[in-house]
Amino acid sequence: MLQGKPGWPRGRFTGDDGEMQEPSEQPWPPFRFQDRPDQPAGAHRHGPHSWHGPGHGDDAQEWASHWGNRARRWWGRGDGEPLRRNPEDRLAGGVASGLAAWRGFSPNTVRIVLAVLAFVSSGWAVPFYFLGWLLIPVRGEENTIASKARHDSAGVALALALGSLLGAFLFLAGAFNDGAITVYGWPQVFSLAFLTLIWRNAPDDERAGLRRLVQPLESFGGSGSAARRGTRLRLIGAAVLLATGLGWLLSLHGGTRLLAPLSGFLLVAAGIVLLFGPWWLRIARDLVIERQARARAEERADIAARVHDSVLQTLALIQRRAEDPQAVVQLARAQERELRSWLFEGRAPGDANVSSVAEGVRQIQRDVEALHGVPVEIVTVGDCPLDEHLNALLGAAREATVNAAKWSGAAVISVFAEVEPDKVNVAVRDRGKGFDPDMVPGDRKGVAESIRGRMSRHGGDATVQSAPGEGTKVTLTMPRQRGSSQPWSAEPGTGDSGPAAQPRPAEGKRR
Amino acid sequence: MSTPAVRAAGRPRVVLVDDHGIFRSGVRAELGPRVEVIGEAEDVAPAVELIGQLLPDVVLLDVHLPGGGGHAVITEVKKDHPDIKFLALSASDAPEDVIAVIRAGARGYVTKTISTPDLADAITRVADGDAVFSHRLAGFVLDAFAAAPAPDDVKPSFDPELDQLTTREREVLRLIAQGYTYKEIARELFISGKTVESHVSSVLRKLQLSSRHQLTRWAAERRLT
Repeated sequence: MLQGKPGWPRGRFTGDDGEMQEPSEQPWPPFRFQDRPDQPAGAHRHGPHSWHGPGHGDDAQEWASHWGNRARRWWGRGDGEPLRRNPEDRLAGGVASGLAAWRGFSPNTVRIVLAVLAFVSSGWAVPFYFLGWLLIPVRGEENTIASKARHDSAGVALALALGSLLGAFLFLAGAFNDGAITVYGWPQVFSLAFLTLIWRNAPDDERAGLRRLVQPLESFGGSGSAARRGTRLRLIGAAVLLATGLGWLLSLHGGTRLLAPLSGFLLVAAGIVLLFGPWWLRIARDLVIERQARARAEERADIAARVHDSVLQTLALIQRRAEDPQAVVQLARAQERELRSWLFEGRAPGDANVSSVAEGVRQIQRDVEALHGVPVEIVTVGDCPLDEHLNALLGAAREATVNAAKWSGAAVISVFAEVEPDKVNVAVRDRGKGFDPDMVPGDRKGVAESIRGRMSRHGGDATVQSAPGEGTKVTLTMPRQRGSSQPWSAEPGTGDSGPAAQPRPAEGKRR
Repeated sequence: MSTPAVRAAGRPRVVLVDDHGIFRSGVRAELGPRVEVIGEAEDVAPAVELIGQLLPDVVLLDVHLPGGGGHAVITEVKKDHPDIKFLALSASDAPEDVIAVIRAGARGYVTKTISTPDLADAITRVADGDAVFSHRLAGFVLDAFAAAPAPDDVKPSFDPELDQLTTREREVLRLIAQGYTYKEIARELFISGKTVESHVSSVLRKLQLSSRHQLTRWAAERRLT
């Protein structure tokens, strides 16, 4: 039949034997698809638009050229890739823009067509959209969401449950009114099921896209925390549903006639609940359990991350520096302190907040151990808030401790602080080489003087005992001011317990 | 303080109770030459059973144990074997836990960071009936006994002396808290080593027997009775 047409490119579409021949006449044909030289020739056989044409002379040429362009636009301009959802340009799943890229349309055209289709098909296009989301892999991937969802038995059950729940609702709604709700509603049973599967099995970035879709709905509920917004949204939704439902009931049936169909409705509802209720409940419970498990896993991951950041890192450092015992001890102690303050005092590492004597002593311990690598053993008895005089006391104590760390050569320094009703004592002691107080080198004497001077300026007292080979002990005493004689009056819980120096051991405090 | 004769043959026999296996084996290896480790347990119930069978001189007891904590072991064992002595040790040192173990009857408390010779010393001393206070325990005790005498509305203890530390006891505790050894304390205070030990034992007795209001409240605030 082809051969009979004048001017037709003979052999171009020999068709019968499928063998490709060079067209004999030029500039024909418009179907050479020169823009797609990679395509095997056989693929060109489907150019169906061109079969039916007036097929004569210039007219035919014009016609063919017109339809050729059209056809090229329809079938030829795609990117040649297989159908994939487009992750870059998407409103929901990227199905529309994927289709558009595949067939060479503008994504918005496809979207509008889909939206119109959704109305025309009384909602059936929507589940098909979601089905596409499930079945079409995203670009750069081979696996579809459906292939993952297949193994998600809990998700399948949930999808069935939600679908059946909506189905039951629609069935009941249909008992009263089979208008738009039921017509447009039934397809959405499938939409809901597909959407559930997508939600549970899509990768995180696609989930974020879904959440973005829901966002306007949420923000519509008003500002404030997400929880409050959710509650308000729910209340508004419930109010709207109740009002419309009641309005229908009353307008359709009015008066006592309302009761007759209502009882039947209730029976049906009860029947449905009896039938599906336990199953729905079980699925809901499974869902809760699953969420709890996920929360536990997250908590565990959080702890694991922290242990990794602190303990494991330190252990690694210790292994690397095994030949340097001092460094190892220092690392271990720093880590112990950090872990202890995290576990027992709920403080994040590096959180410095000095507001009391015991806190201040701990801070001295931390700093000296970190800077000088000498372990500091601290014992504190009682506690009280700091004032400027006690700050001076802590300053002097710090200087004495640093001094001991630098000069004594002792393996450990002990700092003892005791808050008494009328004074605060701090003793800094080392078992190091000590010195003869009568023959001190200038620099050390200077330090001793600065400690003494600082204390006396604030009405306190400092004594330094030392002898060569005997170690050194610096004793600091600062009287407490009248104003601050009530220990921890400001702190809840212990302020009411009367006498001063309420026991508050700071070391290793737990709660 | 009456039983040194019981273990005339040198090394004290020790049972280790600690839920940390690595720590147990470490202690066992290090203590080797100075004490005889005759058994290990990692939980309250097995520990009580094992101690009942082996009747060691000293039980080295972790403050934190699964199944009730160290004080549960002491309370159980003391029912049948009041002579067995306990030395508490722990890595964590929440005061309430430590005081609970001491009030249950432990003769001392040391931290796990203690050096091996010191630990061996402490065990020997406990085996001989003395009390062993680490610097931390001394701090806790000073804390618990700090402050003024109990107010009038509180029924005093059977023996009012139990409710208060003497000045000397306080001095001794302060020096322990600063890391002084008993020998150093003796020299510092110009008293004999035996006197230091008797002060410490007396503090331990008060700690265990006192029904002092302040101590009770101190304990209650930290959720122990």
